[in-house]
Amino acid sequence: MTEFTPLASLVGGMLIGLSAVLLMALHGRIAGMTGILSGLVAPIAPDWSWRLAFLAGAVAAPALITGLGRYTIPFQTNLPTPWLVIGGLIVGIGVHFGSGCPSGHGVCGIARLSRRSFVATAVFMASTAVTVFVVRHLLGGLS
Amino acid sequence: MRIVAALLAGAVFGTGIAISGMINPAKVQNFFDFAGTWDPSLAFVMGGALLVTFIGYRLVLKRPAPVFDTSFHLPAKQDLDLPLLAGAATFGIGWGITGFCPGGSIPALGLAEPGALVFVASMTCGIAVARLARGWLQPSPAT
Repeated sequence: MTEFTPLASLVGGMLIGLSAVLLMALHGRIAGMTGILSGLVAPIAPDWSWRLAFLAGAVAAPALITGLGRYTIPFQTNLPTPWLVIGGLIVGIGVHFGSGCPSGHGVCGIARLSRRSFVATAVFMASTAVTVFVVRHLLGGLS
Repeated sequence: MRIVAALLAGAVFGTGIAISGMINPAKVQNFFDFAGTWDPSLAFVMGGALLVTFIGYRLVLKRPAPVFDTSFHLPAKQDLDLPLLAGAATFGIGWGITGFCPGGSIPALGLAEPGALVFVASMTCGIAVARLARGWLQPSPAT
């Protein structure tokens, strides 16, 4: 179980949107994590510096929020390490061929009314829902 | 200055991911678990992010260029091809298994969660493998 958090999720979502608008206004780039990260995988993109800075900021913020000790960020997973490795490989391969993930397609692409992003988002949402159903209700979890 | 700007945009992204609950794999999986412990919070994340990005992009893209670049870098591709569909479907399998997407997992590194580190390392390998595979699948045109 996780708590239903409409307000925190709405505010957090708006910050994700603000970040996308900032990155477009300042660097003219789509704030898609797949695209940003891919430029740091060999062959490394010539414009690696802003990519690394964006990732550093994205990692530093939750560390600062929890480090200051006033706020805890819920994080729950009981997935065994082999499944994290397998899942990570599947996600990496999928987002590369699919040209994006929830941040790039689901937020930036849909906001641009991109046909590819609408379709990609519908496909990966459906695929995720089916996978969660199979894993949780047919297989009874992964061990 | 342009690096500081990217760092700031990344920090806003990481804060949004943390506050919204996208950083929590269990919460992400619960959003898709209609037959079980459904948590609709992530609809609010998507709604908030799209609202801000949709309006913000329209204001920003009216300008001739971003602050730190000579032009906006927007994907030009329009066609719905097999890699997009198969990649998105594949990504969904990994997202469903783990509850981690690229944008959720990278900020989770800031929580010093070992699971996030394993996932991000594996996902990065997945992207690298996919890049190599795409090189083999699409041999460069004969010169």
